[in-house]
Amino acid sequence: MSIFPATAAAKAAARSRTSASGARPGPRNQRSAYWFIAPLGLGFAVFYFWPLLQTLYFSFTEFGAFGGHTFIGTDNYIRVIKDVTVWQALGNTLIYCVIGLLALPVAIVVASLLNRRGLRGVSVYRALYFIPFVTLPVAVGLVWNWLYNGDFGLINEILSWFGVDRNYWVSDPSTAVYAIGTVMVWSTTGYYLVIFMAGVKGIPQDYYEAAELDGAGPLRRFLTITLPLLSPTIFFASVICMINSLQTFDLIYIMMAEKNPAIGDTQSIVGLFYKWAFIENAQGAAAALAFLLMLVIAALTYLQFRIQKRWVHYA
Amino acid sequence: MPDTSGTHATPTTRKRFNSGSVATHAVLSFGALVMVFPFLWQLLTALKTLAETSQVPPTFLPKDWNWDSFEEVFTALPFREMLTNSLLNTVGRTVGQLVFCSLAAYAFARMQFRGRNVLFALFLSVLMVPSSLLVLPQYDIIQSLGLLNSAPALFLPGMFSAFGTFMLRQFFLTLPRELEEAARIDGAGSFRIFWSIMLPLIRPALAALAVITAMWSWNDLLWPLIVNTDPEKMPISAGLTSLEGQYETNYPVMMAGSLIASLPMLVVYLFLQRHFVQSVALSGSKN
Repeated sequence: MSIFPATAAAKAAARSRTSASGARPGPRNQRSAYWFIAPLGLGFAVFYFWPLLQTLYFSFTEFGAFGGHTFIGTDNYIRVIKDVTVWQALGNTLIYCVIGLLALPVAIVVASLLNRRGLRGVSVYRALYFIPFVTLPVAVGLVWNWLYNGDFGLINEILSWFGVDRNYWVSDPSTAVYAIGTVMVWSTTGYYLVIFMAGVKGIPQDYYEAAELDGAGPLRRFLTITLPLLSPTIFFASVICMINSLQTFDLIYIMMAEKNPAIGDTQSIVGLFYKWAFIENAQGAAAALAFLLMLVIAALTYLQFRIQKRWVHYA
Repeated sequence: MPDTSGTHATPTTRKRFNSGSVATHAVLSFGALVMVFPFLWQLLTALKTLAETSQVPPTFLPKDWNWDSFEEVFTALPFREMLTNSLLNTVGRTVGQLVFCSLAAYAFARMQFRGRNVLFALFLSVLMVPSSLLVLPQYDIIQSLGLLNSAPALFLPGMFSAFGTFMLRQFFLTLPRELEEAARIDGAGSFRIFWSIMLPLIRPALAALAVITAMWSWNDLLWPLIVNTDPEKMPISAGLTSLEGQYETNYPVMMAGSLIASLPMLVVYLFLQRHFVQSVALSGSKN
């Protein structure tokens, strides 16, 4: 179950315990438990549950110039649905979602390569691949902007060796969204790699050895053993990836200057939310937009769970 | 970190020599280079003069190693204050989560009380909510407490975490019941058992939660941008973005600032790698 180095106590527990429910279901109601939960419960009430109700309320109101909220019914929702920029941002966000998923196949391939018997330096590779994920997103955005720079950037220079024309990658509306998406893939691959390495480790080596005896080559073994047995992990990772990409904000905020001509073509839903809520003071519409985002996340997650039955292989 | 043998296959004592391992190392090393090269380029750029960065074609190594940009960052921004704010934010959230989540997780895992499952489900539902649904009212709360542009504004909401509670609960569940019972017979109270017996046993889980929380706190951008708009009160994650406006084309200074800002988390990561890996393998989403 856990991937932590089990303590001796935990090992003994695994042997002696039969139920997984922790404390014995006793008749005693331990009242001191409420004291244990109270601090967190209070924090959640103040900073999570109450704000959630507030946002719901905001989404049906208009924020006046002198403060105070006026009830306006569903007008905010109608405004959101009719707004072209919302649909554009939704389209961009879905593009980020699809591009972001490309990190998964890369991570799976690397995890499989790292799973070779007797390979040296596995932990060093893992450490190096993970570094972009740990690094401050602002630093990541700034260095990639510099690499993409149209006049003095290294990427244009390298591409020119292969005869590719110079381009202003981040300010050209036709390439900006892909330039940002590339950085997303680059910075999250290491994270999924760690998840898949744990998954690949769980596949018994005997399967591979048996397949090898039957004359299956590396590609065949990958397709018939690794992929099917990894599919629950792939499913988990793709749900996480989708939920995270739908809420993407940091990189775009950093990489796109306000005067950038491609800003409309790269704006994400959360980016638009931030602009409405804290720059244009359209709090009601921003709240409605946030609920729309939650709806999209819920719908796509539900869809994922529906489709998984067809391709996820639970041993 | 174990030492590595570059890109050449090492002969092993296995029966069949793996001709594929050279190719494997070649592919993996290329990938690793792609992952690390941008940071190398960041460093090389930081060491160049402004004039040298606007040369076509670009130079690879700096003509003369120039460290001025690293000093300039501290005058271009209230950089020292920003780093301090990041540190306060990180420590506040991490300590808060360790305390609040471990207390609640212990009760959910090891105690019997009415409404336990309902409460736990309610707490877990926090995981499902995108942060954008909460920040408007959260901002209002911070404002009404008079805390805008302060350190507590940065870490207050982030001290409470459903993910942390869930993760620690999983570990509390694996501990043997005999320990608790023996302590109870000796007359120890609930808190005493939690504090001196149970908590030390889940140290690896606490470490994993601490590093992942520290990383999220240090790197968080949206919330600090909202509550702390005064540069003196910004953490470095938000502060660096203002360099873009002022120093739009001064790449050496921007790269130097980025390097210094990402260094603390990188050092923590290199020293506590194991805990990062464990928390990720267990974790789900970033929120």
